[in-house]
Amino acid sequence: MSSIVTVFKRELASYFATPVAYVFIVIFLLLAGAFTFYIGNFYERGQADLLPFFNFHPWLYLFLVPAVGMRLWSEERKSGTIELLLTLPITMWQAVVGKFLAAWAFIGIALALTFPIWITVNYLGSPDNGVIFASYLGSFLMAGAFLAIGSCISACTRNQVVAFILTVVVCFLFLLAGFPLVLNFFTAWAPQGMVDAISGLSFLTHFAAIAKGVIDLRDLVYFALTIAFWLYASAVVIDLKKAD
Amino acid sequence: MIETRQLSRRYGDLTAVDAITFKVEPGQVLGFLGPNGAGKSTTMKMIAGFLGPSAGSASVCGHDVVDDALAAKRVTGYLPEGAPSYGEMTTRAFLNFIAEARGIPGAQRSQRVEEVIERLHLHNVLEQSIETLSKGFKRRVGLAQAIVHDPAVLILDEPTDGLDPNQKFEVRNLINTMAKDKTIIVSTHILEEVQAVCTRAVIIARGKILADATPAELEARSRYHQAVSLTTSNIAGAKDVLSRVADVAAVEYDKVTQRLTAIPKRGRQIFGPISELLKSQGIPVSELQLESGRMDEVFRTITHGDLGEDMPEEARA
Repeated sequence: MSSIVTVFKRELASYFATPVAYVFIVIFLLLAGAFTFYIGNFYERGQADLLPFFNFHPWLYLFLVPAVGMRLWSEERKSGTIELLLTLPITMWQAVVGKFLAAWAFIGIALALTFPIWITVNYLGSPDNGVIFASYLGSFLMAGAFLAIGSCISACTRNQVVAFILTVVVCFLFLLAGFPLVLNFFTAWAPQGMVDAISGLSFLTHFAAIAKGVIDLRDLVYFALTIAFWLYASAVVIDLKKAD
Repeated sequence: MIETRQLSRRYGDLTAVDAITFKVEPGQVLGFLGPNGAGKSTTMKMIAGFLGPSAGSASVCGHDVVDDALAAKRVTGYLPEGAPSYGEMTTRAFLNFIAEARGIPGAQRSQRVEEVIERLHLHNVLEQSIETLSKGFKRRVGLAQAIVHDPAVLILDEPTDGLDPNQKFEVRNLINTMAKDKTIIVSTHILEEVQAVCTRAVIIARGKILADATPAELEARSRYHQAVSLTTSNIAGAKDVLSRVADVAAVEYDKVTQRLTAIPKRGRQIFGPISELLKSQGIPVSELQLESGRMDEVFRTITHGDLGEDMPEEARA
């Protein structure tokens, strides 16, 4: 556990040692605000909730989270520090989890910094803060799932641009797994059970469920399992690709 | 102590390390020599626990590097090739991170970090981020992180690569002072380094050990072992004198250094007879030297026919 904390602290500090953190946070807040007010018509709707804010999170994450995830392992591989990290007396999973948690916490910080909009909506009316809390939780979990995918793909390549693009594509597929765009690929040939299973993998469906204010254990388990699966895959890929 | 048994590593069809067996005891500094792509780095990566062996095994202080990986890593200090480090961190933050990850308890940690800072003269760059440091300082930071936990076993992959002569001298001194109670493996392709720091040299090419001996023994294999070199203004006269000495097998003249070298027949001493004869013939000699052997020549002979440069590079990791 203490090894995870050590890796976590180093990794999180490294975001703030470079402009990456500040650029990311500023862009995230600007885009979140712009979407909410201009496209989501926050004021015009005249409703005291944060639906227009949270509705855009999946799309915001689609591009911003891969940008955080792309450097997780490809940078370590490119600079050779992976050799340093993995010859310290820490296990592979401690390294994978420590780095992942740091990146997730970083996104969490960016997400937490959107609190003025929560203050705004409370000032303007009396929203259901339970729903808002649930939405924040769902949004954070979804970011974690995106990030875990990014971790695994980042482990596949030493090129960050490749990692970014592939992560965006895979995240997009997961996001829309429940929609015809993705499902039409499968309905023609796959058995119905498989199509249902794929549609059940949709991030959007699970996020929407939580964002309604219903924290269903199944949705939480879904995100937890997704994260666990991709982190496990990360560890396997790192181990396989160490030699190249 | 480091022990490898039939240690092998394959990358696809390429066998980078081919059934290497050796043992290094505490107090020994083993020099790993070989052309590029010989398998030096791959062997070191396996002992350090970064790469798993394809076959065979390695152990560090009795801990198997695969089955008992954490225990093996705990007693090992490792400087990877190129001395990678987290560029955005300051020297101090980086060393603190390594010390913490190495499990040095809080109270001792700052003391240990101060000690390596002292040893490697890093005072002036403590608050600088590592990516802004010169190559020499980066290498020293890499060495500092390798010894911060005072490991029983040290694995240094080209520790003096890219350093200037003064820095090389310092790093060699450092290795020598640590050598007493530690087991150290150093890879290098700087042959003078072997004489400077190693108690034993292993020459490896195409993944196989071709020679395992002390530096002096390796030098003794040279045809220049016990050869006599001299500088003179009367080259023709000196050549004549040298060829008259019974045990001289050949006389060579190097146009660049303008030195004559007499090579003895195997196992014969020629220094005495030559110096006497030169004196009695009145040939002016400004320099007369007994050679112990030429490492570069031994190296070439042993690895002869090796396609070192043309082989695929060692695994980049």
